Amino acid sequence: MSHVSDQDLDSIQGIIEQHKMRPGALLPILHKIQGCLGYIPLQAIPLMAIGLQQSRAEIRGVISFYHHFRTTPPGRHQLQICRAEACQARGARELEQHAQSKLGISYHQTSADQAFSLDAAYCLGNCACGPTVRIDNDIVGRVDPARFDQLIDQLAALHAEPTQELN
Amino acid sequence: MVKLYIPRDTSAIALGADQVAQRLARETEQHGEALEIVRNGSRGLCWLEPLVEVETAQGRVAYGPVASADIPALLDEGLLRGDRTHPLCLGLTAEIPYLKNQQRLTFARAGITDPLSIDDYLAHDGFKGLRKALQLSAQAIVDEVKASGLRGRGGAAFPAGIKWQTVLDARSTAAEPQKYIVCNADEGDSGTFADRLVMEADPYMLIEGMCIAGLAVGATQGYIYLRSEYPLAERILNEAIERATQAGYLGDDILGSGRRFHLEVRVGAGAYICGEETSLLESLEGKRGLVRAKPPLPAIVGLFGQPTVVNNVLTLAAIPFILAEGGQAYADYGMGRSRGTLAFQLAGNLQRGGLVELAFGASLSELLNEFGGGSASGRPLRAVQVGGPLGAYMPQSQWDTPLDYEAFSAVGAVLGHGGIVAFDERVDMLQQARFAMAFCVAESCGKCTPCRIGSTRGVEVIDRIIAATDETSQRNNLILLNDLCDTMEQGSLCAMGGMTPNPVRSALRHFSDDFHRQSNLSASPAAGEKEYA
Repeated sequence: MSHVSDQDLDSIQGIIEQHKMRPGALLPILHKIQGCLGYIPLQAIPLMAIGLQQSRAEIRGVISFYHHFRTTPPGRHQLQICRAEACQARGARELEQHAQSKLGISYHQTSADQAFSLDAAYCLGNCACGPTVRIDNDIVGRVDPARFDQLIDQLAALHAEPTQELN
Repeated sequence: MVKLYIPRDTSAIALGADQVAQRLARETEQHGEALEIVRNGSRGLCWLEPLVEVETAQGRVAYGPVASADIPALLDEGLLRGDRTHPLCLGLTAEIPYLKNQQRLTFARAGITDPLSIDDYLAHDGFKGLRKALQLSAQAIVDEVKASGLRGRGGAAFPAGIKWQTVLDARSTAAEPQKYIVCNADEGDSGTFADRLVMEADPYMLIEGMCIAGLAVGATQGYIYLRSEYPLAERILNEAIERATQAGYLGDDILGSGRRFHLEVRVGAGAYICGEETSLLESLEGKRGLVRAKPPLPAIVGLFGQPTVVNNVLTLAAIPFILAEGGQAYADYGMGRSRGTLAFQLAGNLQRGGLVELAFGASLSELLNEFGGGSASGRPLRAVQVGGPLGAYMPQSQWDTPLDYEAFSAVGAVLGHGGIVAFDERVDMLQQARFAMAFCVAESCGKCTPCRIGSTRGVEVIDRIIAATDETSQRNNLILLNDLCDTMEQGSLCAMGGMTPNPVRSALRHFSDDFHRQSNLSASPAAGEKEYA
């Protein structure tokens, strides 16, 4: 289980208190926690269970049902590749092979240097201009393998620079 | 001052619209020219994005697709005056045939207005339908919707007026009586983006439609269940709801009428099944998105057990026009029992992908060729999947089918929400059939066995067909696959398992060559078969 600071636990408790009276509060609470910490720490589950008067199993069941929620910290950048039909028709099957070998990870994994997490998406709504990739909150269209490399190299360079300065 | 339009739309931004806007602002500032950049919605001409428009005395002149690197040359050739010498100039936007040849009722404002400007919305007939509805009785509003012949645009095509009537007539059992309007904005089907376009380009139309629905059935609370894959639509909707509330179009006293309607966006969490209405309701209640058995219908026992209208974005977005212009004006478009217009979405391997709003009745080949311009790759088109991942693959022999719910149904296909995904000759239909089953494995809610287990077995059977090395084993597995499809079709609780056989069977029926590749049938031992035994 990853380490969760007291400060993070306080934020989680704050989110629960703020939203628990809303009808159907669990999904909004899970979104807020993940938005705040990047994932939903397992330590948050008992807090939500108490706040919402539900069992821990129920909360856990909801988290595991939805692809969007994760219980481990993501990489610095979260990538999603659209695997759906419209993007397949524009070369997404080749792209996903390429992306996995470029990053050295499969779907649902995070690279060893914690730079990238890779997931599949079934449609990002850019179906006329695929293949489509989501990088954090940005959608990028017409991504062929060369463009994918360019995007990844740009992101990698972004993080490489400060280290170089330190050296 | 020169007025430029650059869409703030997911597809446009995905192709560099933000960079184009920034560069234009920077370059013109250096030249000391005053410029107003409006971030409009998209016109839906996706292949031309980013589409930059400049306002001129003759109307708006369009340039596209514009890359940030094109800007110096475009400025040199008089972009700000609307000069038409640069090769990217497309002439007057309104004269672009792709746009001109459409019948835009729902998308009449898309790309013309600033999505968040209430003044723009009002200047283009906005809130006329709501003002009209406030003068009418609940029953009269429902009657207008019935007269329009509007059917649910999410895919199932159930008559909207009948659903509304059911909710109007239903009694809330809560201590404080409550009914709900729920907008299904979980647009998860591949090849569909029209809901997103509405929400990003014309959010007040959806707000107005939901507000009218509330007046019609006596609901005072609405929810937009939006998929988490649409972060931009979420921002735009929330901002629009905030502004509409401040301007008195939502809240406790709509336009001084004393009527109430509150609206909230709720974000899904990446579960395709939550586009199914009962799964969506479970999710809104904060639960796993498990499909409910019907009956009872959501119209009677819906959200939190109360009578609920669940309609797709485009269904609700059609309502302002119907109220403003009358149900008959809408029903004047279309054919047979398919009245009005449908927002066709051209996607996949097409040269000119985008949104085409047309009355029902045109043919698929018209869309693919005249609008879509054939394949993007230049290779012949081979298969077209209509109606999303649960829709059938259609071969060329069926492309003359009129775009009408009943006509599609008659050839074993699904018109659904009008999403159209085209594949060129390189497509392997056996792999597409496998993908349909694999998608169902990934996205089944797990409640009923035919869908949960059937899809897993489906992938396995197709893998054995792929691996088959003798004809007997292949034939037996094809029989098994057909049998499995029967079970899923007849035994599943909802359309997820019930319709997954559509792409599988249509691939088998129309593209059987891909299932009988002789190259598979070599003399080597039947590896897949042994594994099974």
